[in-house]
Amino acid sequence: MKILSPITAKIVTYELREVGRSRWLLAYAAFFLVVADALLRFGGADKALLSLTSVTLFIVPLVALVFGTVFLDDAREFTELLLAQPVTRRQLYAGLYFGLTLPLAAAFAAGAAIPFAVHGVGDPKLRVSLLVLLAAGGMLTFVFTALAFVVAAFVDDRLRRMGTAVALWLVSAVLYDGLVLVLAMLLADYPIERMMLGLTLGNPVDLARVILLLQFDVSALMGYTGAVFQQFFGGAIGIAIASTALALWVTLPVALGLRAFRKRDF
Amino acid sequence: MITISGLEKRYGAQHVLRGVDLDVRRGSVTAVVGPNGAGKTTLIKSILGLVRPDAGVIRVDDVLVGDDCAYRARIGYMPQIARYPHNLTARELLAMLTDLRQAAPGAGPIRRDETLVELLALAEQLDKPLRTLSGGTRQKVNAVAAFLFTPELLILDEPTAGLDPAASAVLKDRILAERDAGRTVIVTSHFMSELEELATDVVVLLEGTVRYVGSLDELLRRTRKTNLGRAISYLMTEAAA
Repeated sequence: MKILSPITAKIVTYELREVGRSRWLLAYAAFFLVVADALLRFGGADKALLSLTSVTLFIVPLVALVFGTVFLDDAREFTELLLAQPVTRRQLYAGLYFGLTLPLAAAFAAGAAIPFAVHGVGDPKLRVSLLVLLAAGGMLTFVFTALAFVVAAFVDDRLRRMGTAVALWLVSAVLYDGLVLVLAMLLADYPIERMMLGLTLGNPVDLARVILLLQFDVSALMGYTGAVFQQFFGGAIGIAIASTALALWVTLPVALGLRAFRKRDF
Repeated sequence: MITISGLEKRYGAQHVLRGVDLDVRRGSVTAVVGPNGAGKTTLIKSILGLVRPDAGVIRVDDVLVGDDCAYRARIGYMPQIARYPHNLTARELLAMLTDLRQAAPGAGPIRRDETLVELLALAEQLDKPLRTLSGGTRQKVNAVAAFLFTPELLILDEPTAGLDPAASAVLKDRILAERDAGRTVIVTSHFMSELEELATDVVVLLEGTVRYVGSLDELLRRTRKTNLGRAISYLMTEAAA
């Protein structure tokens, strides 16, 4: 399957110009810039990285879902115009997806990385951790913009679309972890490690958290699922498995969104 | 130029197109008329492949719609509502459409016809972000985009809606020029007088079926009416009775 045809590349370049000029995108980059800078000023690079991880796991999915949903609403008539050109739906879908996701991921990466570059990170191990954080935030962007495409494909009403997007964020970034914890407490007397592993695979935010905390090697903050992951797979293999699962979390919604996009009426 | 047979489309419980059969002659200006909700826009969008019909076959120059997108290189389309990306300028938009046509497989050299930019007095507006333009100005950009690549087939959905009289006149003159050049035009409008000026053929859509197809003169003779508006309302009351 050819993902980036010349036509898709054209669409992406113009979408980059469109999205790149959005004030919300600038605000998003500025947000991470200010937060990362403040964290670095008030603590060392290691503490700053940990706190930035929590912020990333919380904010990136929210912005990807909400910005993605608004973007797709705005792009509706424009989509119609582009589909009246000699462009296939697959090409346009890929163009819209990358045109939305790349600038968002870039804004996050730039905002989070620049303060570290300015303040300087001496420890090479911390540099790797920063790179892993940037990669995980990037992956989460790809996952949650894909989910925004799925929401756009299956929810017709504009308001309900936004509601669904926010609910999806609430579940994956806030509620899911709590539910897992409740479940773990209720079933504390049973061997539930495998189930916990399964539950972790079911939430991309948890997967990203596991990857980051295994990388940072801070078991105190790893939470239940992270601890189980480490116990089961050890650091490196755990990271590899969680990364693969996260990649699946990109592929599946993208494929689902594409299927709906090809059948849909404009 | 276009052959449609047995076209069916439902939106949920709404049965919008109920077996539409239609031929659009090459070189005709075909007006699609009918009351609101008769399925005009759905029909047009089906030809463009924007709406996926539930049943039926559409061919544009013997190319089956739905298989391939290359046939759309020969179509210029003016949608009913002109909404564009907020931050792009009109110049960038037109450049983008040009790029897309150039990147299409088998595309020849592309010549742009920008005479409408002058005629619609758009030159000043080309470098402003599209969101800052008024609705009428955006509709003009829409018109420029549709006529930009001298397409063989023009599909115009309410082209003069929102345009001032001067711009409307420019657009109508352009449609007539296209007709004289042998191009095919499909047009919808709520202004019957406008369609009388332009159309060679008329398609009357009522409740998702083709009620009449043929020349304007024949329609007037058959309904014994003096103008298109009265002929249509006659057909509508006849259908209701």
